[in-house]
Parts: sequence; structure tokens; C-alpha cells
Amino acid sequence: MSPRLALFVPLIVFVVVAPFLWLALDRDPNELPSARIGEPFPAFSLPSLKHPEKLLNTADMRGQVALVNVWATWCYACRIEHAMLNELALKGVKIIGLNYKDNRQEATRWLNQLGDPYAFSIFDAQGSLGLDLGVYGAPETYLLDAEGIVQYRRVGVLDQRSWQREFAERYQLLVSSDVD
Amino acid sequence: MRAGMLFPAMVVLWSGLAFGQTEVVEFSNESLRPRYQQLIEELRCPKCQNQNLADSNSAIAVDLRLQIQSLLEQQNSNAEIKSYLAERYSDFILYRPLVDRRTLFLWVAPIFFMLFAATAMVLLLRRQRRISDDPGNDPQIVISDADQQRLAQLLNTRNDRR
Repeated sequence: MSPRLALFVPLIVFVVVAPFLWLALDRDPNELPSARIGEPFPAFSLPSLKHPEKLLNTADMRGQVALVNVWATWCYACRIEHAMLNELALKGVKIIGLNYKDNRQEATRWLNQLGDPYAFSIFDAQGSLGLDLGVYGAPETYLLDAEGIVQYRRVGVLDQRSWQREFAERYQLLVSSDVD
Repeated sequence: MRAGMLFPAMVVLWSGLAFGQTEVVEFSNESLRPRYQQLIEELRCPKCQNQNLADSNSAIAVDLRLQIQSLLEQQNSNAEIKSYLAERYSDFILYRPLVDRRTLFLWVAPIFFMLFAATAMVLLLRRQRRISDDPGNDPQIVISDADQQRLAQLLNTRNDRR
């Protein structure tokens, strides 16, 4: 290689590396890919939050497109997104609560005070279902299709913006394909 | 080493040993302990991503350590435990990536770069030797008489000014 050509080596290296750096700019390193996308909601048998004697299982997750919202009273951000969940429930979106490693009494009080957007809440005191689902920090919101297959997962607060950007279209698509 | 240097050096050298885990872990069989230690050091905390499970004190890391402990007690192999966790938390949780189609480049690239560097070094050394062996490239610098005179003149004028 002639010395003159060698001068261009740094430029070539930069051109090769730059696209990767550029792509990484937009990426949130805190957002993990969910290993459960495209898979059925993990099997479980856990009591309902409001009706401790009633056992829920995967059959309860099927039948209708639904959101599964992982929440807890110790989770500060869950309080922030609660109003958004109430609003979605009012619009007719089915939301299933996964009450994660929480206290039943406090969780019930929370729902009485802030409103209950959930069709029902699964009471996962030990976090065993959370572990099977790959939950690593509440709040998390999953989108399930009518067959109970996980289609999408968001980690973090669900607000108007993230609903519009990440969920609305996917949700509509699933609902319309369910009707067909 | 001066005493003043000792403390910072100790901090740097020992900081790697400061694990976040505080709970006492009991095993039915002590032979499981080294495997437990190896696993929690090789698995990444999903919440606090630049720490392994051994280092982290986040709730999820505590849960996963407990889970690993109970999976070990249930006679699972290291590979089974890793795939159990990767199934739930994706391959992201593995600090030592699997060898498959997606990660092949990751594994092969270092060898490739080493070969590249070695080849470049051999070529450069060869060239250097060729240059120094060439009698035409005598390192002694020959200066013509005219240049020599001019040099002396320049040096003199500088000395005069001083």
C-alpha cells in the first residue's frame, strides 16, 4: 500500500464504524428484548387479587386481545401510569393486572383509591409468574393476542405517547384480525 | 512503593472483590457453591445492566440468585440453568454469549484481528530490514561543501547576535 493511500485508512475505518454508532444513538440500552415475544403467556396458577379463593390460569388470558400490566404499590412509576390505564379501560381496552410481589391489603386499597382499570388482577406475591414472564422492573406492559400469545412488551411507564407510538397500531391490528 | 501510593493501589486492586450480595447462601452439598459463584458471576443483572448477578443488590438480582440456588439444588446442569434464564430474560442475560449464527462474528473477530495484526507486523518488519540492508540508504548524511559553508555562516550569525 502506498503511503498516500495509507493516510485514508482512518477515514475508511470511520466510514465503516459510523453507521453502527449512528444506529446506537437511538437505542435505549435499558430496554431489553423480551424473550417471550411470539410465545404463549407462561403457564401459571395463581389467586386473583380481589377474590383470593379464585385461582386463575392461562385459560383466563385467552379469548380477547388484552394488555397485561405488571404493577405494584411499591412501584412509584405505576402511580404515574395509573390514570392512563383508567383511560384505556374506559375506551374498552381489556387490561389484566399482574400484581407483582405486593401486599394484598395495600394493593386492594390502591385500586379502591385510584380506580380499578383491570378486568382482574393476578396476585403474584412471590414473583414466580413475573420470573417466568421475564419481568425485571415494574411497570411493564405486555400485549397479548386473543390466543394468549405475547405480541409486544414495553418496560416503563405507559403514557399517551408510548401508547400511540408502540401499542395503538398493534392493538388495532390484532383486534381487527380477531374479528375476522 | 511510597506509602501514599499504597492506599489507592489497594482500592483499585480490591474493588473487584466487593460483591453486592449480602445474603448467606446455604447448600445441602458444598460442592454446589463454586458452581453457584461461577454462575452468578457469568450472568448479567437485567435491571442494572453493567453488573453481574453477584454484584447487584437490585430486587430482581436477589430473586434470580435464589432461583439459581434452587435450580442447583434440583440437580440442574449449568447449561440447563443458563438456558432456563435465557428463555425468560433473552440471551442478553448471558455475559458469555452462545456460539451461534448471530454471535459467530463476535467469537471469530479477535482471531481475525490478531492474524491481521501479525501479518501487518511481519510485512512492516520485512520492509524495514530491506531498507536498512540497502547500501543506497546509508544512514550517514552527506552534506556538500557549499551547504556546509552556509550552515557555518548561519550558526555564526546567530552567535553574533547573541
